[in-house]
Amino acid sequence: MDGQAFWLTIRLAVLVATVLVVLGLPVAYWIAYSRRRWRFLVEAVVALPIVLPPTVLGFYVLVALGSHSPLGRWWQAMTGHTLAFTFEGLVIGSIIYSLPFAVQPFAASFILVDRRLIAASATLGASRLRTFFRVILPLSVPGLVTGVALSFAHTMGEFGVVLMVGGNIPGVTRTVSIDIYDKVQALDYAGANQTALVLLVISFVVLSVVYGVNRKVGAAWPWK
Amino acid sequence: MTTQTARIDIPADPSLRDALTIQIRKRFTNAGRDFTLEVGFTLTPGITIIFGASGAGKTTLLDCIAGLTTPDSGKIVVGDRVLFNHGGETNLPVQGREIGYVFQDLALFPHLTVQKNVEYGLASVSKGERRKKSHAILESFRIADLGERKPGEISGGERQRVALARALVTDPCVLLLDEPMAALDAATKSKIIEDLRAWNTAHRIPIVYITHNREEVFALGDRVLVLENGRMIADGTPHGVMAAPRRESLAQLIGFENIFHAIVIAIQEKRGTMRCRIAESDVELETPLVRAEVGSTLLIGIRAGDILLATVEPAGLSARNIISGRVLSVVQRDVIVVVRVNCGVEMEVHLTLAARDSLQLQPGHAVWLIVKTHSCHLMAAS
Repeated sequence: MDGQAFWLTIRLAVLVATVLVVLGLPVAYWIAYSRRRWRFLVEAVVALPIVLPPTVLGFYVLVALGSHSPLGRWWQAMTGHTLAFTFEGLVIGSIIYSLPFAVQPFAASFILVDRRLIAASATLGASRLRTFFRVILPLSVPGLVTGVALSFAHTMGEFGVVLMVGGNIPGVTRTVSIDIYDKVQALDYAGANQTALVLLVISFVVLSVVYGVNRKVGAAWPWK
Repeated sequence: MTTQTARIDIPADPSLRDALTIQIRKRFTNAGRDFTLEVGFTLTPGITIIFGASGAGKTTLLDCIAGLTTPDSGKIVVGDRVLFNHGGETNLPVQGREIGYVFQDLALFPHLTVQKNVEYGLASVSKGERRKKSHAILESFRIADLGERKPGEISGGERQRVALARALVTDPCVLLLDEPMAALDAATKSKIIEDLRAWNTAHRIPIVYITHNREEVFALGDRVLVLENGRMIADGTPHGVMAAPRRESLAQLIGFENIFHAIVIAIQEKRGTMRCRIAESDVELETPLVRAEVGSTLLIGIRAGDILLATVEPAGLSARNIISGRVLSVVQRDVIVVVRVNCGVEMEVHLTLAARDSLQLQPGHAVWLIVKTHSCHLMAAS
């Protein structure tokens, strides 16, 4: 197995999952509690990566990161190189690609928090921010764990977006799924199998954690 | 330094200094029906009951006071603090209103211990002061030993006490209680009320207690307001409001188990009574005299708890109405026994468990119902 590709993928997934917590919580909060009429549009945009072919998403991300876009130019001015075909570019692409896998479980668990608890918190003088951190978030732990685990696992296994945005540069953008693809192309079935098996096991373990935590948290809470 | 809170002149009358004055209008929807809540009243410190059936607008009213719902128009003032004023465009956020609210389902934070729940509203106080205050309130509501437990691990009565302590520890200027005792037994309820009264003696604030339970009205209130379809239809002492209802809907609301159409057959002006026959039966009742003509139809309401039941024909009684009948059914409901008796019309009688046991009632037994003249409440038939 290609150790370098493996660690690069782990690094990518951890980074993406972390950023998605910071980014996903406010987005999920807005979706869960906003009364705006166009909320459904935001929901649709967030959910897009679920149904969009990764190549389509990857293509637009590539265009957006390229030196013809404002973002790409700004990045180039700041760092001296383009975002496309870099690890940073990969991170941005992966964040967009995995956004719904974080936001949807977050929002779903926020919606489940009893509105009267939020009202009670307000009557006791707590600001919205305090209510969020003291009441909503602690009661959304299962959704939080699910969102983090799913976005981690999803990033681990992505292929299309990575190939479009990052290409296949060893040590920079070459993730395990691309490594598997390469090995199959080279008819190295044994090597491909080895790497694929590791990915399979990781995915299984992550999902087991998600379902296990959800069950255990639910069962251990007396008020459920 | 400026304050966002609008002020009005402090009322000269000291009893109004802490009073809650409400004059609001709010359209709301309940179970698909459109209602308009339109009420106006002033509450002085002490417990005031707001009584009404579900859907009458009670919770909407409390939500308006707390700031969880915005009225369409009107004014809400506590003492000299304007919480809401449609004309002046004041609308304090929930956080700034200093109103204690105990919700129907209590809304205790399930993930926090009793102590953390109680201290939740004391975020702006120093840690030492916070401990002191929460300890004092936990003591006065007799739950100091539950501090480390979570709401899921204590009894319903204890949870009730925690909810009260949590709302009161912040020294609110008004306390709102939304049917908080609905799930509790009478003994637990009365002990909690005692403690609440004791607290209220030391902290003179208006307490608004909403309920649809008649017994609670008598047990608690100095004053009761009756809310029906969003409007206040009665205001007075529990006895004044509840003992002499004028409208049929109110009578049904407050639990006359027996309501009959009756025809006035004789007016006995000198005795201050009249005789009425229950429609479509031979049952005659002597009732208090009201302005009605012979032959007209009235409604008679008799509470199931006001009827005495005898298994032998009674004699030498002051009660004017003795009606014979047969037991149809005997059913225990919590701590009361509901006996249905056929005496030409069907009547419901409530007995205590002890009374049932000593009378050994069975369906089919012959019984006599005894109804005092003044237990027959007359209302105009609509």
